[in-house]
Amino acid sequence: MAKELSIVICGQAGQGIKTVENLLTGIMKRSGLHVFSCKEFMSRIRGGMNSTSVRVSSRRVRGFVEKMDILIPLDPGGIEHVRERISGDTLIIGDLENIDPEDLETGGSLPVALKTIARELGNAAFSNTVAVGVLAALAGSPREVGTDFIREYFSSKGSEVADKNIAAFGRGYDEGATWREEAGGDRFQLDGSDAVRDELLMSGTEGVGMGAIAGGCNFLAFYPMSPATGVGIFIAKQADKFGILVEQAEDEIAAVNMVAGGWYAGARGMTTTSGGGFALMTEGLSLAAMLETPMVIHLAQRPGPATGLPTRTGQEDLLFVLFAGHGEFPRVVYTPGSVEETFYLTREAFNLADKFQVPVFILTDQYLLDSTCNLPPPDIDDHKVIRYVVKTEPSYQRYELTENGISPRGIPGYGEGMVTVDSDEHDESGHITEDLQLRVRMVDKRLKKLEGITGEVIPPVFFGDKDFKTLILGWGSTLPTIREALEEIGSEGIGYLHFSQVFPLWPELIQYLDRAERTVAVENNATGQFAKLVAMTTGRQIDGQVLKYNGLPFSREEMIDALKREVKK
Amino acid sequence: MNTNKFDMGKIDIAWCPGCGDFGILTALKTVLAELKIEPRKLVMVSGIGQAAKIPQYLKCNYFNGLHGRALPAAWAVKAANPELTVIAESGDGCTYGEGGNHFLTAIRRNPDITHLVHNNMVYGLTKGQASPTSREGFVTPLQIHGVILSPFNPLTVAIALNASFVARASIHDIEGTKEIIRRAISHRGYALVDIFQPCVSFNHINTREWYRENTYYLEDGHDPSDRNAAFARAAEEDKFPLGVFYLREGKKTYGDRCQAYQDNKDPLYKRSPDPGKLHELIAEMK
Repeated sequence: MAKELSIVICGQAGQGIKTVENLLTGIMKRSGLHVFSCKEFMSRIRGGMNSTSVRVSSRRVRGFVEKMDILIPLDPGGIEHVRERISGDTLIIGDLENIDPEDLETGGSLPVALKTIARELGNAAFSNTVAVGVLAALAGSPREVGTDFIREYFSSKGSEVADKNIAAFGRGYDEGATWREEAGGDRFQLDGSDAVRDELLMSGTEGVGMGAIAGGCNFLAFYPMSPATGVGIFIAKQADKFGILVEQAEDEIAAVNMVAGGWYAGARGMTTTSGGGFALMTEGLSLAAMLETPMVIHLAQRPGPATGLPTRTGQEDLLFVLFAGHGEFPRVVYTPGSVEETFYLTREAFNLADKFQVPVFILTDQYLLDSTCNLPPPDIDDHKVIRYVVKTEPSYQRYELTENGISPRGIPGYGEGMVTVDSDEHDESGHITEDLQLRVRMVDKRLKKLEGITGEVIPPVFFGDKDFKTLILGWGSTLPTIREALEEIGSEGIGYLHFSQVFPLWPELIQYLDRAERTVAVENNATGQFAKLVAMTTGRQIDGQVLKYNGLPFSREEMIDALKREVKK
Repeated sequence: MNTNKFDMGKIDIAWCPGCGDFGILTALKTVLAELKIEPRKLVMVSGIGQAAKIPQYLKCNYFNGLHGRALPAAWAVKAANPELTVIAESGDGCTYGEGGNHFLTAIRRNPDITHLVHNNMVYGLTKGQASPTSREGFVTPLQIHGVILSPFNPLTVAIALNASFVARASIHDIEGTKEIIRRAISHRGYALVDIFQPCVSFNHINTREWYRENTYYLEDGHDPSDRNAAFARAAEEDKFPLGVFYLREGKKTYGDRCQAYQDNKDPLYKRSPDPGKLHELIAEMK
């Protein structure tokens, strides 16, 4: 009996890794098992070598692990691609032609004539479904769960395709069942629970997209760029249903100016981009700040500089987002740590942007966006889409000076007043001014909003020992991996703060820092950007850093090693 | 025509005495009043430059954005609320230089907006450098040996992209300019009016007199539905024709084609996500 399986599917782009992932996670979840999958892939449309890692478990699991219990190479190059992750316990399932004879000796293997079976059914492409059948049998998933799921999955492609895939699944299932009887026993058997079956399967990309829709986003303008495009595609697919206007801009400069123009005229707008695209948006960001137009920006991080590693992951744009845009103005930076948080924080971003008339960032990364897991359905009935728009009077002044810096926001055509916004410094009515005393009052007014925003900061989540000696700080997508590593090494004497909002920085952090004998920041970058932000804000230097910047996320195993090294004994 | 409802009263105007912008402002206010457009339903969107200050000088809603970026914002305003009359207005440098890509794409989108471009063939606010429409050989403090780039012809570009309304005016003739602006605003779809104007401070070649002598109106016989003829006339640069070169009545606008308005005519500010559909979406992810 196993508690958890780590299954890796490896092959070229175009060989159907994604289908295996979808079928596997769908069937396992329906069988009552928790699933988590993430992927790494090359920046090309066909060929190359990519892998998807799927964890299937009796308990809730998140985060990337290096360990492989089962490897399915869809291609002869597959094994070599993940060679370092193969151990004596790894079972390799695949066609003999995809398995090196030496590997048949070492790790144990289950050669299955995937392609031969598939060809018997009429098409070599069914071989992936055969492999899914083998896995389902090994994990002890009931045959009918897989059959039902496959029928639904392929329903749009006609009954013949569905039937052949069901047959392929059945043949694979038979092979797996035979292997269990003859060799494996219940080595990979997992126990499911009913509660999981009704949960959702959602990726970070879908979380951001759903969060935007639930937050009242009705205007999306963006220019395609990995890994941010998926959010745009998700929303575009839902646009007709929800009455959302989606536009592919001619460039990112247009996109950000469209979002500013859209909010000005009453839309709730968002753009989705990555670091390079956002670099082009920085003048527009500054514009939003001056116009005091709300704005929501989803920035999906990937490694830079410049084009960098387009399909890989990193946390390299924190300080960029923090300092982007000329001039001085407030902003908000959310850094979701889980698929759940991509939903809740993106949803919240719209109300917050609207309330304070500031840009709000959702800072994610490739790893989080391309991670899929089961999760309880989000609570949607307790959330209100709040519009902070006023009907204007004839005497309306867009930039009325107020106590808290927030001027009631009118939109053109709603009411009797004129809504005049200006990228030049302006007076209360929105007209150009070079009255330098008024200039100071306007700067103060804009910056004053930071106080209100700080009052609504989402506090970090604390895990571990309240009497910590070592305090670990993390932000964004590292959350589940740090948590699992702490569970493994034991958290006695260790505290961990995860930040889902990094700016404004939670004001009480300084007290935590002062209580720690040693502080350690964990970041998917080379220079420790969050540690710099903490030092800048609190005046406290971070003692230790765990950094990774090769384009891959931290694995559970390396996090365990790193934390053991860094923790004060 | 009484332009009172667009008048701002006594205001400080940043243009040089004698600037062509004054004439354009007068022409615009007159036409807007004639067309019975309500200031509260009018949004002027501009970029940066002396021309881009025009929204400050008439009563209207306005979005005075970034240099070169008037068109994406103008498109967005119209897309977010089709009930508004939207006019994008800026200079030649802002529109054809900094904002070139937006100019091309705005034509392709065909939003129902009017695009007025003040074309004085020079950069005014930055004090006299060449603009995309400066003529070859034009000497400036920066192009000290004269401009060596070929001038940009916005009309031929717009006609090449099958814009739905392409016109040129020259402010030395205010009455003729009013007529062209009136037709542009009345047109349904993207309407470009390139408006010649003198820069009294930095362009001593292309003066009011020069425009008078080097322009003439297209004959009554010009057929604006004839794209080849329109292109040929727009390409003339010995003397510059004025008037409506190219016109495509009935071309579907962005708003006509945009899926977000097919079943629901509400502007976006009136829309909220339907909780029932959210529940459906969540159920689909099980």
